[in-house]
Amino acid sequence: MAVGIGTEQVTGGVPRPDAALPGMAPRRQRALRLPRSPKIIAGLAMLAFFVLLSVIGPLVAPYSPDQIFANSPVPLPPSAAHWLGTTNLQQDVFSQLLVGGGDMLLVAFIAGVIATALSVVMGVTAGYLGGLADDLLSMLANIFLVMPALPLLVILFGFLGKSGSNDLFLIGFIISVTGWAWGARVLRAQTLTLRNRDYIDSAKIIGERRSRIIFSEVLPNLTPIVASSFLFTVLYAVGTYTAMAFLGLVNPNWSWGGMLYYAQGANAELTGYWWWFIPPGLAVALLGTSLVLLNFGIDEFINPRLRAAGLSRRSARRQARALRSQQFALTPVVRTQQIHAEEGQA
Amino acid sequence: MLVISRRLFFYLVTAAVAISLDFLIPRLIPGNPVDAILSHMQGVTITPAIIHALDLQFGVNAHASLWGQYVHYWNDVVHGNLGVSSGNGFEPVSTVIRQALPYTLGLIGVATVISFVLGTVIGALVAWKRGSWLDSLLPVVTFFQAAPYFFLAFLAIDLFAITLGWFPSSRAANATDFPAFTWPYLTDLLDHAVLPALTIVVASAAGWIVGMRNVMLTTMDEDYVLIAAAKGLPKRRVIWYAARNAILPSVSGFALAIGFIVSGALLTEIVFSYPGLGSLLVQAVSDNDYPLMQGLFLIITFAVLAANLIADFVYVFLDPRTRQEA
Repeated sequence: MAVGIGTEQVTGGVPRPDAALPGMAPRRQRALRLPRSPKIIAGLAMLAFFVLLSVIGPLVAPYSPDQIFANSPVPLPPSAAHWLGTTNLQQDVFSQLLVGGGDMLLVAFIAGVIATALSVVMGVTAGYLGGLADDLLSMLANIFLVMPALPLLVILFGFLGKSGSNDLFLIGFIISVTGWAWGARVLRAQTLTLRNRDYIDSAKIIGERRSRIIFSEVLPNLTPIVASSFLFTVLYAVGTYTAMAFLGLVNPNWSWGGMLYYAQGANAELTGYWWWFIPPGLAVALLGTSLVLLNFGIDEFINPRLRAAGLSRRSARRQARALRSQQFALTPVVRTQQIHAEEGQA
Repeated sequence: MLVISRRLFFYLVTAAVAISLDFLIPRLIPGNPVDAILSHMQGVTITPAIIHALDLQFGVNAHASLWGQYVHYWNDVVHGNLGVSSGNGFEPVSTVIRQALPYTLGLIGVATVISFVLGTVIGALVAWKRGSWLDSLLPVVTFFQAAPYFFLAFLAIDLFAITLGWFPSSRAANATDFPAFTWPYLTDLLDHAVLPALTIVVASAAGWIVGMRNVMLTTMDEDYVLIAAAKGLPKRRVIWYAARNAILPSVSGFALAIGFIVSGALLTEIVFSYPGLGSLLVQAVSDNDYPLMQGLFLIITFAVLAANLIADFVYVFLDPRTRQEA
């Protein structure tokens, strides 16, 4: 999926490193600033909904997802008995939808954790050590970035065959192998700018061990970028798992990609059985949207210049007026804070 | 030209890694791919020669050392010999791919260029009009960015092909048409390409829009933009000054994006039954046609690397600083 194109540029080339120093902000302020963004709130709410859905979905599903009902030859549209209609085999679409999120989220979470761990190790090592290690690790990351993941995954899952199609941990691991490089690249760039900061130098002069410098001085300041790269990988894994299920390379019973696999196999899009393919596709898209929104929120947190869209509607209007009157746009950082201050007084 | 030769070296290494992965994966994964292929064969007479060819390709019953097989494999790839496709009556993989490649190159190439241009222009405008109604484009764009390409393809078919009946829903041309450089055939080809291309553009433009907007917001703070505006230059000129500097990261971001876009676009082809590499991919999967999968992986990787090389040339052309280094 075409994710990360924009976010990479923002975090990858964090333009003013000073802006990316959340560690220096007082803890209280940081805690207040994050949830204020409507993007973060919306993203978190949607994500929470999907996590909840995947946990309780199988419990509340009205039928078993592969239970076969009346012997109608064609899929039936939504009705009181089947809220989202039935498939061509007369299975309940709503039940499949409720059951289909769990495995995917689990795989995405596993892939996200492994890939993030890999990218932190690779990125921070490359950025902090520099020299030959940096050259080699960067090259490795770039190779994995440039290589198209889908055909690579197709041969991997293809050769694994049946043995690989049900093992969620293995699937998550394979997806993470193709998904760690983006995070590593971004983390390396940020580590490079951190490495030459005064406080790192002073830590070195005091004689702190290298491991302590990395874990206590460098890593905490990378937290927002690690979080953003974790979310990106989860998003990537959701898309990839869905694509693999859509191709029938991982067990399609039952995931949202698998529902699309069966719908495509029965030409649901050509015969107008919209209730069969719209719900799972929409579910994947909305889950993805929640992750992208969260990522945007973190980007705005890292780079305050992007924050204009995160203003409340009233202050956004005020700001738009101000911008129009000036014909060109100045950075809103200072003005935003003033507006927040005014709102606080009012 | 130092930049270009360095990039060229990087792409050569990447191609070598891709070829090595292609060689290693079947040998590292447990199980016998030759048996798996043969168990899927029906209605084809399997001669000892075919079994021997497959054995050689996957290193089954091989008498040569792993290194010897590896050298042999390189020799084959360099000579364009990618093995035989078990799902296509044991035709050479390269022949099978060659028939599908033009469709994919045409469709994805054109759609990617359109989406890049469109996304960059819209992104620059959204950034310039910050705080206006254009900002409300972003949530919409976010949705399209997060939706799987093939789901958008489902929607496009259902809406434009079935409900409205504006465009054909599948294949690259009418079955009755004979491929030729004639006007009716070309318009037919175009007619069939509209929906798949539209899907790819809609799905991939989102990334360019967001990327361009974010860089543009930063660029607009530069002093030269302020000066340009203060001098009273027409607004269009000022936007142009900012945009042409903001576009550089977008061009270099192309490298990271093209792999994603190609992956998504291949899945789009499947939904449209477009006779390109995507359809071959799904066919290879359902036939357990491992040699075809491997060949596709190599060809798609090479195509993506070539696209990146072109993007690098464009970058060097656009940014004089890269030329100075040499």
